[in-house]
Amino acid sequence: MAEQGLRKATLRIRRGSPNRESRYQNFEVPYEEGMSVLDALRWIRVHLDSTLAIRYSCINANACKTCMAVVNGEVEYTCIAKLTPGVMTVEPLPKRPLIRDLVTDTVPVEEKL
Amino acid sequence: MYAAIAAARHGASVILLDKSLIGRGGATVMAQMTVAAAIGQQEPDDWTIHLADTLQAGRGLCNEELSALLCREGPKRILEMEQWGTRWARENGHIKQETAPGHSRRRCCYVDFLNTGPAVAATLRRKVGEISEIRRISNVTIIELVTKDDRALGAVGVNLNDGEIVTFQAKAVILAAGGLTKLYARNSASANMGGEAYALALWAGAELVDMEFVQFFPIGHLAPRLVGMDPIMWDPFRYKLGGKLLNGHFEEFVDRYGGTDFGQYTATRDVASYSILKEVEAGCGTPHGGAYLDFRHIPEIQLRTAFGPVIDRLLLNGIDLAKTPVEVGPMAHYHMGGVRVNSDMETAVNGLYAAGEAVGGAHGANRLSGNAITEAFVFGERAGTHAADNIKKTKVNWQSKLVEAAVERLKALRARRSKRDVTAAALQAELQNLMWEKAGPFRTGEKLAAALARIQQIQKDELSNVSVTDETSYNLDLQEWFELRAMLTTAAAVVRSALARNESRGAHQREDFPDTDPGFLKNQVLKREGDVARWTAPLKIG
Repeated sequence: MAEQGLRKATLRIRRGSPNRESRYQNFEVPYEEGMSVLDALRWIRVHLDSTLAIRYSCINANACKTCMAVVNGEVEYTCIAKLTPGVMTVEPLPKRPLIRDLVTDTVPVEEKL
Repeated sequence: MYAAIAAARHGASVILLDKSLIGRGGATVMAQMTVAAAIGQQEPDDWTIHLADTLQAGRGLCNEELSALLCREGPKRILEMEQWGTRWARENGHIKQETAPGHSRRRCCYVDFLNTGPAVAATLRRKVGEISEIRRISNVTIIELVTKDDRALGAVGVNLNDGEIVTFQAKAVILAAGGLTKLYARNSASANMGGEAYALALWAGAELVDMEFVQFFPIGHLAPRLVGMDPIMWDPFRYKLGGKLLNGHFEEFVDRYGGTDFGQYTATRDVASYSILKEVEAGCGTPHGGAYLDFRHIPEIQLRTAFGPVIDRLLLNGIDLAKTPVEVGPMAHYHMGGVRVNSDMETAVNGLYAAGEAVGGAHGANRLSGNAITEAFVFGERAGTHAADNIKKTKVNWQSKLVEAAVERLKALRARRSKRDVTAAALQAELQNLMWEKAGPFRTGEKLAAALARIQQIQKDELSNVSVTDETSYNLDLQEWFELRAMLTTAAAVVRSALARNESRGAHQREDFPDTDPGFLKNQVLKREGDVARWTAPLKIG
């Protein structure tokens, strides 16, 4: 993705689950112009920490509408939220029950087991 | 979703499962282009003409029974979708239809603006929600099918939300889990396209066909990073406006490879792909390993007219076509091969059906633009209807011991502590690069053999050493381990089939066998994992 880029972005991610106290963890990601926050989250899962829980499906097209999180205080689709060099804070949706890390319960009630 | 609706309509009680959220994962929701069907509203058309176009693109390898079904029933499904609420673009009181490469009539329907996939997915989600006989379950990954005596009896899955194993008892099972383009580093896929339907089918005893035929789209978007758009969006604009393909030194190059590109834009997809990758190989690629697509010679007013609101979406991405060329290159887009079915969509396993892209054979060696969503509708309706009819004459023979082995395997996996620090996500990324470099748009026997050796090594030595944490809640490590297992099986099927086809035809291009050989006018069928394929004559009609 951005191996040749010299600039870095830092994601400050709120992690945790309903039973555990949440904490912020910082991850440094190679930055390339035009990257999305979701690109960075996926890069972290492959290269740094695969235990990070995130929800997404279409990756790029903003068609599935499942990748929402709070980015720097605003609710955004992480697939179209621009990554910027420097520190960005990513948190789970505040009004949905937390499942783990950035994943909240956005499953329609009639689609649950 | 179409299969679920059709099955319920024919009296079945249905469980509709999705690894992500119902109707939001997979490929349909991402489709921005068109749906081809000979409804003849724009100009006189007939399904037999659509069939002739489809067969011509398939280079002699189509299962003509399936191609005919697709073309004959496509119009019914388009009109049914309209009744259910899809707002196809209209003009002068009729559904508007455009042409697309390879179609001899204007027969491609769409929803404005570049919104076909999301719109049809929304229609189907709404329709599914209205039917009380359909029980929807999201976030369950199916890891194995349950069979006995060549009869499908259900499936075993993992609930991503709590890590619990879930077993499903069913008189019939329909695989509608899409294609395999996620096997490739460069793809236009969603997260769910790892080819799991093919692996599940093969493990259950069904057959796969034409696995070597992966469609690569020549001018997929590479850079600058473009979000909120399908990466295969450039084609219609290039044809409409005459976008130039330039190499890394801003020189035209397609003509050097036997295409007649500049001023005419008639270079076929395979020539365009070949010339781009050859330039990259010669050190004349763009920074991201592709070619430039340049619209700077087109007057801005003309750009704005042709692109409509897309031009603003591009500007949001920092792409000003009047000033900057974009980088494009071939990427995996669709799979022509897949699960082998009869005209009822039933596999070699009784009660096991397939629908949509998971089905192999309807497109032969190459698929026409616009035929994929048609296939999702038509084959889904067909599979649902026949599965519902089938179960009326079926007695349940469920035995809980049939799932014990799968449950034990899952428990053992969760209890395992890795000896090595390798994750399924990282191995998936390695597999994607391997497939791209060694089993991609241009193949050689040597590269394919190397790919197969590495896949087998991962299967044998590394898969069982992948670390899977014991986290129960939304454990993607666990989900990705199962994905990886299926991806390896499917990747091996692609590579084996590609290795055995010593010719170039349609989407399968061998640099060591550049010509089409009439002796290979036949399909490859895989029966069991690791077996050598058997060859069959293409199914003809009339």
